[in-house]
Amino acid sequence: MNRREALARVAWIMGGAVVGANLFLEGCTRKAVNGVEGLFEPDMVDFLGNIADTILPPTSTPGAKEAGVGEFIPVMVRDCYTEEDQKVFLDGLNELDRAANEKLGRKFQELSAGERTELLIGVDKEAKTYQAAKTEEDPNHYFHLFKQLTLLGYFTSELGATKALRYVQVPGKYDGDYPYKKGDKAWAI
Amino acid sequence: MADNVYDAIVIGSGISGGWAAKELTQKGLKTIMLERGRNVEHVKDYVSATKHPWEFPHRGGRTQQMIEEYPVLSRDYPLNEKNLDFWVNEQESPYVEVKRFDWYRGYQVGGRSLTWGRQSYRHGDLDFEANLREGIAVDWPIRYKDIAPWYSYVEQWAGISGNRDGLDVLPDGDFLPPIPMNVVEKDLAARVKAHYNGARQFIHSRVANISVPHQGRVNCQFQNQCWLGCNFGAYFSTQSSTLPAAVATGNLTLRPFSIVTQILYDKDTKRAKGVEVLDAETNQTYEYFAKVIFVCASAFNSTWILMNSATDIWDGGLGSSSGELGHNAMDHHFRCGAGGRVEGYEDKYYYGRRPAGLYIPRFRNVGNDKRDYVRGFGYQGAASRGRWSGEIAELSIGGEWKDAMCEPGDWSVGFTAFGEILPYHENRISLDRNVKDKWGLPVLAMDMEIKENELKMRKDMIEDCQEMLEVAGVKDVYTFDSGYGFGQGIHEMGTARMGRDPKTSVLNGNNQVWDATNVFVTDGACMTSASCVNPSLTYMALTARAADFAVKELKKGNL
Repeated sequence: MNRREALARVAWIMGGAVVGANLFLEGCTRKAVNGVEGLFEPDMVDFLGNIADTILPPTSTPGAKEAGVGEFIPVMVRDCYTEEDQKVFLDGLNELDRAANEKLGRKFQELSAGERTELLIGVDKEAKTYQAAKTEEDPNHYFHLFKQLTLLGYFTSELGATKALRYVQVPGKYDGDYPYKKGDKAWAI
Repeated sequence: MADNVYDAIVIGSGISGGWAAKELTQKGLKTIMLERGRNVEHVKDYVSATKHPWEFPHRGGRTQQMIEEYPVLSRDYPLNEKNLDFWVNEQESPYVEVKRFDWYRGYQVGGRSLTWGRQSYRHGDLDFEANLREGIAVDWPIRYKDIAPWYSYVEQWAGISGNRDGLDVLPDGDFLPPIPMNVVEKDLAARVKAHYNGARQFIHSRVANISVPHQGRVNCQFQNQCWLGCNFGAYFSTQSSTLPAAVATGNLTLRPFSIVTQILYDKDTKRAKGVEVLDAETNQTYEYFAKVIFVCASAFNSTWILMNSATDIWDGGLGSSSGELGHNAMDHHFRCGAGGRVEGYEDKYYYGRRPAGLYIPRFRNVGNDKRDYVRGFGYQGAASRGRWSGEIAELSIGGEWKDAMCEPGDWSVGFTAFGEILPYHENRISLDRNVKDKWGLPVLAMDMEIKENELKMRKDMIEDCQEMLEVAGVKDVYTFDSGYGFGQGIHEMGTARMGRDPKTSVLNGNNQVWDATNVFVTDGACMTSASCVNPSLTYMALTARAADFAVKELKKGNL
């Protein structure tokens, strides 16, 4: 019986679980799904940036691509996603190209901005319908993940927080009756 | 004086330990404060305090590796990228869960005073008399009048911002001006007060964030990121408040990386003579000697030290003669309540991020109100105006949608209830000598659960909140119960309770261990009952009171 088995056995005898013991002995062994590292290739960052920019395009304020969301997404997928969501995400990139080919005869990267928007409006509807119907155990829809990451990445980016929203790092005071008029931006945090 | 001999030893440097060090050093005692973790220097070691959101690679979130390395922290909100260095390394310090127990620990100088919620309320006689009145556990050995001057004393130093509300159920304190309510909260509060004739009220939360400059500290700058450490020193922590005061006396020695493994007991004098320390970095063992010892290692670790001490005299350790050491563990059960949408106020917003909000003091089992459970609960909450959530729109990608999402949405309000847990004898911690931590020391086994009284209370915690919000005119009211795991309140209490009789309690009314009167336990371990209010202010007051008593006894030659 090795030490890990011994600990597990003791825990079982005591009717409890030993928190942390397995990792204490083994260290962290987490591996990312194959293909995640490829998200950091320049053409993939551009691809992700263009998806994000279709979701949150430049208006009077910068778009998601300029705000660095294409660079942000791979970090999150690599570090924060479960293996299951990593796989959904990676398969989703292929699925998006397949849908682009089917509807418009070309890959996503080859579409015009208008065509990308048209395509993603359809995918977004499909994702919403799927998410509303799915059980907790079912995997997420890939576009649900794309969109979540895009919104998070954009509104917490420097451009998103300071240009699209209002950001004051050290407010210095509190006013609980502060005027608001339509069109004023929300606070970033 | 030899370099390992002091007048006083303080074990732990969190809220209670910091107060003990301040009081004892200011009264002239040469004091060593032993902290098991690393040093955290004020400002210098608040590594995330000045970072912008975009400077965190995961924007403050949690990675899968963090989830694997911090299986306990990951069960609730504390696990995040921004202040990971203020939480215990769970791999080095395991514990056993006979039943699920969530233990959120901060092993560093300052302890959890760096990350605490800062809500600061006094216990009243409703709390101190409850056990006696209901025949539960044992009677507190003190009453409100015994501790009231000490509440004032610690409030005046720590700086508690709040409003004097004049309520019987929640004694007022010596407050700095309250952190203001916003315009929506004021209106909701007025409606609730009118409807219930003052029997239920939304009041300003009372927080250890200073609303005006105080004791040389800069007032709150409304960043609301206290858990990263505050460079302005605007919330009470060991580093911002008690430690600099103790250092200024010239009487303090602070020793980080010092795991106290046992209190050294002298059976001839029936007193403790010192402590044994394991250096967490070098694994060397040292001894320190003193006339008085303050045990402030956080509730369950204080009891761990007692259990591991004088085992040649008492199998269960120092303070175990009553059979109560390790028993009567408590927390506050919470994570349920209600919320909803507030109509109107489209032309109103706020500036600044408050570290505070609303509090609803206990109203159940008060006066003529009688429920099918005993004790009660309070609520913490706030009204705020979030960003517009784009998910409700038909079209939810593109420029128009994006621009709409950059504007604030509706006002909303929400409350979470915090309920009292009774001191059940069978809710206990014990030493498990079969499981060892990184330093080869036995770990704690946790065996506690909430019972029928708490489960009945939770029904009211949810339904009463729903009712009050509806009374206040809130729309689309929803309720929630996210479930409660023992320990999640991060208000561990009990296991070395105060009492009037050495046969049924571990500590007397001055926080002295009955079995070794020069050992004082003044952190959450000492609590005889839990009340439903946040406990830290009470630890401060009990610690200052016990330190005053200890020094007087020393001068009289009684210790």
